[in-house]
Amino acid sequence: MRNFNIRGESVRDVVSGSNETWIRPARSTQEDPHDHHGNSTEHKKAFPVLAFNFEHVRKPFEISMWILLALLMKLGFHIIPRISHVVPESCLLIVVGLLVGGTIKAVEGTNAPVLDSKLFFLYLLPPIILDAGYFLPIRPFTENLGTILVFAVLGTLWNVFFIGGTMFAVCQIDGAGLADVDLLSCLLFGSIISAVDPVAVLAVFEEIHINELLHILVFGESLLNDAVTVVLYHLFKEFSHEGSVSVGDALLGVVCFFVVSLGGILVGFIYGILGAFTSRFTSHTRVIEPLFVFLYSYMAYLSAEVFHLSGIMSLIACGVIMRPYVEANISHKSYTTVKYFLKMWSSVSETLIFIFLGVSTVAGPHDWNWTFVVFTVFLCLVSRVLGVIGLTSIINKFRIVKLTKKDQFIVAYGGLRGAIAFSLGFLLTDSKMKHMFLTAIITVIFFTVFVQGMTIRPLVELLAVKRKKESKGSINEEIHTQFLDHLLTGIEDVCGHYGHHHWKDKLNRFNKKYVKKWLIAGERSTEPQLISFYNKLELKQAMMLVESGSTSKLPSVMSSVSMQNIQPREPPRRRAMPSISKSREEEIRKLLRANLQNTRQRLRSYSRHDLMIDPFEDNVSEVHLRKQRVEMGRRMSHYLTVPANRQEAPPVRKVGFQPEHQVFTYDDAESPRSAEMKPRSAAVRLLNELPQRSDQSDAEPNAKQDDQEDQLKLSRGLSDPGPNQEQKES
Amino acid sequence: MGALQSLPGQPEYIDLAEKTGFSFEQIGVLHKRFKQLSHNEETLRRDHFNEIPDLACNPIRAQIVEAFFDRRNFRQNGEGTVEEIGFEEFLVVMSHFRPPSLHMTEEQRESVRKEKLRFLFNMHDTDNDGTITLEEYRHVVEELLSRSGALGKETAKSIADAAMLEVASISMGHMEPDEFYEGITFEHFLKLLNEFEIESRMNIRFLNMDTTTLCK
Repeated sequence: MRNFNIRGESVRDVVSGSNETWIRPARSTQEDPHDHHGNSTEHKKAFPVLAFNFEHVRKPFEISMWILLALLMKLGFHIIPRISHVVPESCLLIVVGLLVGGTIKAVEGTNAPVLDSKLFFLYLLPPIILDAGYFLPIRPFTENLGTILVFAVLGTLWNVFFIGGTMFAVCQIDGAGLADVDLLSCLLFGSIISAVDPVAVLAVFEEIHINELLHILVFGESLLNDAVTVVLYHLFKEFSHEGSVSVGDALLGVVCFFVVSLGGILVGFIYGILGAFTSRFTSHTRVIEPLFVFLYSYMAYLSAEVFHLSGIMSLIACGVIMRPYVEANISHKSYTTVKYFLKMWSSVSETLIFIFLGVSTVAGPHDWNWTFVVFTVFLCLVSRVLGVIGLTSIINKFRIVKLTKKDQFIVAYGGLRGAIAFSLGFLLTDSKMKHMFLTAIITVIFFTVFVQGMTIRPLVELLAVKRKKESKGSINEEIHTQFLDHLLTGIEDVCGHYGHHHWKDKLNRFNKKYVKKWLIAGERSTEPQLISFYNKLELKQAMMLVESGSTSKLPSVMSSVSMQNIQPREPPRRRAMPSISKSREEEIRKLLRANLQNTRQRLRSYSRHDLMIDPFEDNVSEVHLRKQRVEMGRRMSHYLTVPANRQEAPPVRKVGFQPEHQVFTYDDAESPRSAEMKPRSAAVRLLNELPQRSDQSDAEPNAKQDDQEDQLKLSRGLSDPGPNQEQKES
Repeated sequence: MGALQSLPGQPEYIDLAEKTGFSFEQIGVLHKRFKQLSHNEETLRRDHFNEIPDLACNPIRAQIVEAFFDRRNFRQNGEGTVEEIGFEEFLVVMSHFRPPSLHMTEEQRESVRKEKLRFLFNMHDTDNDGTITLEEYRHVVEELLSRSGALGKETAKSIADAAMLEVASISMGHMEPDEFYEGITFEHFLKLLNEFEIESRMNIRFLNMDTTTLCK
């Protein structure tokens, strides 16, 4: 007989819970022995085949359910394309949260889980910020740093005092029932509601693809205003109890601002350097490399929070400092892991935040005061617009590329508020005012996310704002970027002007000379940027080729221009070498085509395997791989630029036997041929050259033999690396 | 020397301002710098440039210096090189680095872009034949990598080859195996760097220069 041991709680309690701890007392498990004792004395119970024990897994179960729900929602939106094109995802998620909150409230009547501030600040926010910081585009950020700082610091200050002051004036209006809201509380409220929120900005701006400058301005501002927010929030919170702020306190506040921001950056800097230094030694334990990146960054955030410094700035600084050195040290796979984990976590976090916002809206105690709320929304808009216009007129005096009216409009319109404001409001001490504030905050958030979020896309199209250009990783642009850097530095030197470029150049040289030696392992430390860019590009193309090998089309080749077209023309006499007959050519052509097809077929069955089998991941030497790439580049140019008349044997193909290499070196190893192999027609061209490469004193039989040898080598080379390893060792 | 500064209305300044678009203060400051570089002579020569210490560690120093003596940059449709330049030519070359003004029509912006790209093109096309050949491009990449503890000429070659291939693919699209791509013409160059936004990138701040403190 089966016995169901149901614990004290019913299923209903599964979803109910306040924003307190999740821990349930263990009293239920203590009942067990009693039950057993009791039952065993009376009659022998059958061994419970099936038991129901929910308490045991309650907490992880609920967390997983929430995350799963969030992700399923996200999935759902993308399956229904029409809605997701009009409404930004953040809006949809909030609506889902509202529905879920409403359902829970209707079913339970008790409180649904609310967006716990601790949960938000310690678990949900860091992944998003780290993702943003790690992949921050450095060049536009540093070029516009002055502008960003002005918007972040001065803009936020202006917002706080304008909104706080005006709200205080509003509160003095009779009949609004707000007389008990004093100035400090208003300023506190202002400091909560003024800051532009990075999560909301990311969520909305990611979908509209505006140009890099505007994106980095708004986004950078949302990141850097954290220091101001932290300082002002704590300042006003401390003193709102006392009721007044003296001048001394205000001065201390200013000092505090510098301490908070610079301290946060310093903490991030230290952890970043530590992370970079650690990554130098991880060449033998590749699997845990991504963890170092995550943990050092998270520690930076937590350490900054310990001292009430700006955690966001610390996290950004850590990511920015760590990235160039870590990327030079870690393996390609670790880099991909870092990238995808960060994107994954930040995506989940963002989704959860918006859903919880919706749920909290339904749950939280509200105190709706028409005057307060309406004026708040109105003032937020007005102060943002005024602030942007005023600051831009100052900034434009110092900018080379001025901000146009369109730019200003987008910057002003992109000042979205989000969950940070809500969480800060939630942290206030309980009072009637708190509920009123929370209501107003939620209203502003809803307004900015829904109204501004939904309308910004059509507005961008209407105003014909410049969109983000698709960068294809062009090597020409990279060359010219570097060239331009040096050129501008040189011109500045000629002018005798120690400007932006001069200092950047000095920093680069310092970096190259001292820092890189310490933080980057092996010979990568001396690799110039252009070469690493080129290597990355080649790697990408090689991998694309491997992946596209399973389809018959080769998408990477869009034109039939090949290396041959650009090489300087040789004297005609070398070209007019009819050493093979037409029929021979046909044979060879057929053979080659057959081989290529075989290869493709084999690739289809083997490519998945190759990419998955990595038993020797840890032993793979990345340095070797890079050397091989450089070698390949060398050999490719060597072969191609010295066409005929070379009397040496075909270069020995050093095939890496590590399985990791099989992914890359499928093309690399066959380097002299692979570059030519890409277009089908080139195969024939290659073959035309083959006889020329062999000994000049060609008699037919010789040529034939060489051809066949080369042919065989070629076919072996093109065959799948896996099973034919032994054969290749020729 | 001091007198020059305090007389913004100098007749030659007006002429120069019109020609190059600089303001009087900027011309005054640049004139001071010119005199400093040339040791108060009337003309600048190449060795004057070589004396600038900061310029010594620049990988493309030679090309920058050459650009000043290249007649094609003097906006007079000249060709070839000169041995020494006066202040006017100095100023004209510098004016290539002026930022575009805020209120510009599309055509003006386009012409500013073309002008700046032409300057770059002239820097690459050293033999003055109107195309950047593979050899010249290779030279550019080699110079760029020269100060960086080079990994040898081979890598520079392969990078230049890849870059050239890209240009050819973009400009020509389809080529027969026997055709030969002569080199990058100015039109191809324009097409290549179409997305580069050079008018916002190739600029120097000409304000706030205090050359008295920088006696280098």
